[in-house]
Amino acid sequence: FVAYRGQTELLGPLRKIELYEMGWNLKDGLRECLVAAAPYGGPIALLKGHYRRSPSARPQLEIYSSSGLPLASFPWKSGVVKQLGWTVSDDLLCVQEDGTVLVYDLWGGFKRHFSMGNEVSQSQVLETKIFHSPYGTGVAILTGALRFTLATNIDDIKLRRLPEVPGLQEAPSCWAVLTQDRQSKVLVANGSQLFILDNTACTPVTPPGLSPQASSIVHMCVSFSYKYLALLTDSGHVWMGTSNLKEKLSEVDTKIKTPPKQMAWCRRPKSQQPSAVVMWDGLLIVVGECKETIQYHLDDDSVLVPELDGVRIISGTHHELLQEVPGACEEIFKIASMAPGALLLEAHKEYEKESQKADEYLREIKEQSLLSEAVRQCVEAAGHEHEPETQKTLLRAASFGKCFLSNFPPEQFVSMCRDLRVLNAVRDYTVGIPLTHTQFKQMTVQVLIDRLVYRKLYPLAIEVCRYLKTPEYQGVSRVLKHWACYKVQQKEESDEVIAKAVSVKLADAAGISYSEIATKAYESGRTELAIKLLEFEPRSGEQVPLLLKMKKSPLALSKAIESGDTDLVYTVVMYLKNELNRGDFFMMLRNQPVALSLYKQFCKHQEQDTLKDLFNQDDDHEELGNFYVKASYKDQRLEARVALLQSAVDEYYKAKNDFSAKTTEDEMRLLRFQRKLEEEKDEQLVGFSLQDTMTTLLSVGLHKHAEQLYKDFRVPDKRFWWLKLKALAEKEDWEELEKFGKTKKSPIGYLPFVEVCIKHHNKYEAKKYVSKVTPEQKVKAHLAVGDMEGAAEAAIERRNESEISTVLSRCSATTDHLLMERLNRAKATAVKK
Amino acid sequence: MAHTEWKDAPGLPDFSLLKRLARDQLIFLLEQQHEVDKLYKVELKPIVSSSDQLCFLIRPRIQTVKWISDLVNADKVAGRFRRYKIIFTPQKFYACETVLEEQGVYGDVTTDEWNFYILPLDDDILSLELPEFFRDNFLEGDQRWVTTAGSALRLLQSVYGSFSKVYGIGRCAKMVYESWRELMEDGEQRTRQPEFAKVFLVDRDVDFVTPLCSQVVYEGLVDDLFRIKCGSVEFGPDVTSSDKSIKVMLNSQDKVFSEIRNEHFSNVFGFLSQKAKNLQTAYDKRRGMDIQQMKAFVADELKGLKQEHRLLSLHIGASESMMKKKTKQDFQELLKTEHSLLEGFEIRECITYIEEHINRQVSMIDSLRLLCLLSITENGLLSKDYRSLKAQYLQSYGIEHLLTFANLRQLGLLEEQQAGETLTVMESKVGKLVNDKTVGKLTDAFSSLAKKSNFRALSKRLALVPKSGEEYDLRVPRDMAYVFSGAYIPLSCKLIEQVLERDGWTGMEEVTRMLNGQEFAVTARNKTDAQRIVLVMFLGGCTFSEISALRFLGKERGTYYLKQME
Repeated sequence: FVAYRGQTELLGPLRKIELYEMGWNLKDGLRECLVAAAPYGGPIALLKGHYRRSPSARPQLEIYSSSGLPLASFPWKSGVVKQLGWTVSDDLLCVQEDGTVLVYDLWGGFKRHFSMGNEVSQSQVLETKIFHSPYGTGVAILTGALRFTLATNIDDIKLRRLPEVPGLQEAPSCWAVLTQDRQSKVLVANGSQLFILDNTACTPVTPPGLSPQASSIVHMCVSFSYKYLALLTDSGHVWMGTSNLKEKLSEVDTKIKTPPKQMAWCRRPKSQQPSAVVMWDGLLIVVGECKETIQYHLDDDSVLVPELDGVRIISGTHHELLQEVPGACEEIFKIASMAPGALLLEAHKEYEKESQKADEYLREIKEQSLLSEAVRQCVEAAGHEHEPETQKTLLRAASFGKCFLSNFPPEQFVSMCRDLRVLNAVRDYTVGIPLTHTQFKQMTVQVLIDRLVYRKLYPLAIEVCRYLKTPEYQGVSRVLKHWACYKVQQKEESDEVIAKAVSVKLADAAGISYSEIATKAYESGRTELAIKLLEFEPRSGEQVPLLLKMKKSPLALSKAIESGDTDLVYTVVMYLKNELNRGDFFMMLRNQPVALSLYKQFCKHQEQDTLKDLFNQDDDHEELGNFYVKASYKDQRLEARVALLQSAVDEYYKAKNDFSAKTTEDEMRLLRFQRKLEEEKDEQLVGFSLQDTMTTLLSVGLHKHAEQLYKDFRVPDKRFWWLKLKALAEKEDWEELEKFGKTKKSPIGYLPFVEVCIKHHNKYEAKKYVSKVTPEQKVKAHLAVGDMEGAAEAAIERRNESEISTVLSRCSATTDHLLMERLNRAKATAVKK
Repeated sequence: MAHTEWKDAPGLPDFSLLKRLARDQLIFLLEQQHEVDKLYKVELKPIVSSSDQLCFLIRPRIQTVKWISDLVNADKVAGRFRRYKIIFTPQKFYACETVLEEQGVYGDVTTDEWNFYILPLDDDILSLELPEFFRDNFLEGDQRWVTTAGSALRLLQSVYGSFSKVYGIGRCAKMVYESWRELMEDGEQRTRQPEFAKVFLVDRDVDFVTPLCSQVVYEGLVDDLFRIKCGSVEFGPDVTSSDKSIKVMLNSQDKVFSEIRNEHFSNVFGFLSQKAKNLQTAYDKRRGMDIQQMKAFVADELKGLKQEHRLLSLHIGASESMMKKKTKQDFQELLKTEHSLLEGFEIRECITYIEEHINRQVSMIDSLRLLCLLSITENGLLSKDYRSLKAQYLQSYGIEHLLTFANLRQLGLLEEQQAGETLTVMESKVGKLVNDKTVGKLTDAFSSLAKKSNFRALSKRLALVPKSGEEYDLRVPRDMAYVFSGAYIPLSCKLIEQVLERDGWTGMEEVTRMLNGQEFAVTARNKTDAQRIVLVMFLGGCTFSEISALRFLGKERGTYYLKQME
């Protein structure tokens, strides 16, 4: 029968696995040390010589991996530390007596500090607990004034001061932080009384069925999941129940009445059995459901580290895991077990020995049709084993059993093999992350990779990513980015070497942001390196913010323009505008036409005057002229308009644009003219175009003035004739029209006269002009007045085929019968010719 | 519609998906605002509302943001306390935030983005609805919308699968492609059956000629006369023959419209009267029906007929209104001038016509349009003409149009020939010897000697102007020229046709050189030719005539062209 190998000890329903022999060399063990170990096999922090309070000997802060390999060590120079603790992301928190919390990274590098508030610093910290919740890592403090202050998430600190506990005269005998109903609460014991403190109230509670002998609760602990609570009374009884204090699970007498050093839950998820571990000097007692306790001797000062599925016990020399034996393992390894998994393991063993018994065992399983169950058990058990040899044996047995199953899904087996490979790698002494399979699943690969990266184990992290086939973007690329960020901080290597190394390593990785790496380089004071790295960034847009930060404005501007992203250009331009003096700013824009034109656009809306300055700087007189013209028609006051136009004229002359200058001068003259007339004749004119002005003048009968404009502004004859013709017709001033028509030969011919009269339904007047129309337009004119005969006459006279056809098409067969005949004849002759 | 012609023509992707996506996002954004009380158009005027929070949904324009800032400041002065939220669509621009900051209201306003890029206007038209794209990009040199266009393409690609081939021409097209490619590299690739085969990106400034021509296809005319906005048009009282204006959606849902939208205007009336007769016959069916049949008729057909009736009378009204405006002498002469310009004949007469057009103040826009067309087809105006026409124009419409002319020159739409100096000397010498008219002709001859017009050469090489003299039956269009009465094939559409036919730009080097190059053709990795849908994206807008021409092309080739415009 397979028994556990030397390093695993069975303790009733529990087992104790030796994880590591500690690599550290502690003279006094853990005595007189303040110890904090992070869950999920995280690092361990020690503050040595903490209790000796002499100013000459400073305490030493040391950080080790779970296997006891040193990560950092430095003398503690700040205030008195009350408590050490780790955050969910493996940062070390040191809570000082004055309520200041210092945050260090895994490597002992100082990150930041924050305060727990004035009240705490005044009344000093009495006790502290660091806890984890779905919202992150929290800190709870009991102050000298016997009040609790709480921060649920240290990354987003919101301090809460909890209500007062009634009747509390001295420090409570024990307390713990609970997370219930999405809220962090504090459970306090004052003698035999229990209170729950939340944001608003202090509620007294009584645990159901607590034995009456107890006069005081001396210790309490909450399970990893915050679901269960254990209380130790001064009578030596351990009460276990749910943390909402509604249900009692069991009560066990330890028969020891001295207060313990530490107490922790030791329970795996979904397990039915409650069990807690209580530690005294040199003694560990496991209490469970039954009256019997398991006692266990400790050689050395130890620390309990509660985990999701057990408790780790760290002593000066050893690191062990105490946990409930997982179901699958128990089934298989229990003495004389007849569970399918056990039989399969046996069958495989016999098979290796080439014994026929293998077949017997197999048949026995198959008869009960439990083979797939057997395989499943073996795979699961393998996951819970720490010894690679045991894992292998179980997996081989599973694989053997699988051969006799036709359609057993392979996923579970395959992924377990992969997981175990990764777990064995990270459990290695040199890495020192003793994760169980259950913890690994809870923590996820992502987080594991993060932790490896944090420990600078880049090659291992990349191996893990590749092995588990993590998508490149979240896996390898991410690790490489972290590596590069670390690399650029190495002061001893030259910029060229680092830039080259980074580019070579990262060359074919997808989704790498060089700008992030460059930012890191810049933050560690290596501007030149940062610029070099930015060159590798394919998206020029990403380079800009950092370049700005590094005050490389010209480069930033040209990169922004290169990116084609107008928004980015604006960002840079606006930054420069505030950063540089006006002259330099303009000079810089001058060399970047794209930026300049964008800035001009912005100015058009926001800063008209700046726009003018810009044009001035460039001696762009043409644009300046345009600018003044634009300004002029926005202005309501005539004087201002004329003044602005005068400026425009000057600019246009400077730009050698005589045409625009003359036109603008004309406009000024026109404006003055309009103004004069407006005053004299009370007619709305200012702002009209020349044409509109003349139209208005003609329509109110100011012919003289219109004529004056016509002469002054060298209005082409044609335009004026059209204008006057229309205006007179509009007024139906036929007499004036006739006079006008006779003043001289019409430059637009007389057809328009005809048409305009017809338009105003005056055939009589129209006919007057028909005779004056040129021969080419005669037909049209006759048709316009509806004189078919005349049209026909003209067409025939001109012997123009198409004109004859036009007239023909307008004739109606009934009334113009004769005419049509004539036309047809003429057409025939015209065609002949 | 085009796809019924071809047996295995691809069905179009379902664009309502885009609408749903955008709607859901907007609802999400607005939900954070609680109840919406009333909707206002953002203008520069005080908002009379008792509500203590205001939410603005705007395009990221500096002007609009300024209005809002003024509003907030006015509230502050009045001692009113309100919460303000600005939702920018399709994205937020830094410049807008700067304005908020400079106006001192940055802290009072919260901002959000609504990534609504593409508005499906019809089964085969998508639009970004960014009227400022043209001005910003081509006039002001502001490329802010390039990334927007890139994101829109990315959105299409993520919803409808990747394209197998991308063609493009123009500076902006190239930049849009680059921005799109960068976005694609950033995000994760999704493989699915693509619904589009190819994309064609074309800058508006590659072909300025086409949008300068008067439109004669029904939908184009409706746009020219009544302005189609976001796929709908408002018909005034003269069309509805009542005293009210009616807003009508113009898309393929409108059965009458979908049949005439692509038709040359001369065919429309005949078609409509035929349709009216059919309708009458359908109505007449009910005579001699028994009760049962009548019941069925009322239940099944009457509603459809009524609907059709309503639409028909609207479109007949619209056509009448067009007839009134467009069959007049003016319009005919306008068209004649345009065609002469396109062909390059009798330029002197055209100039005279344009001058008269300006003098008589026929239409401010049309005059400019003709001037631009003249300048582009002739590679700029002679100094003499340019100055005289410009002076005329300013006299007609006011001096502020100096700026208009400056802008048009900037765009290259209306230019003055520079090299003309030496010629004018010659001209004046010759002018002393012969009379005026001959001078004009000589000048033309000289100028054509001096330089070769790009448009002329292009037109010749791509055969854009069919040989004159041949009869063109507009009822049975032979090529895309029918959208301009058979006088001109839109340059943009011809380019698209040629490139797709050749599967690239090979053999068109001469053409691209004349168009200032910047052409590209990229084949994607996963090549699937299963789908024949082509997406054409006009950067800077397109005309309905071009859409009609592409629909015609699609019908001919059994390919689907999908149009997208800014």
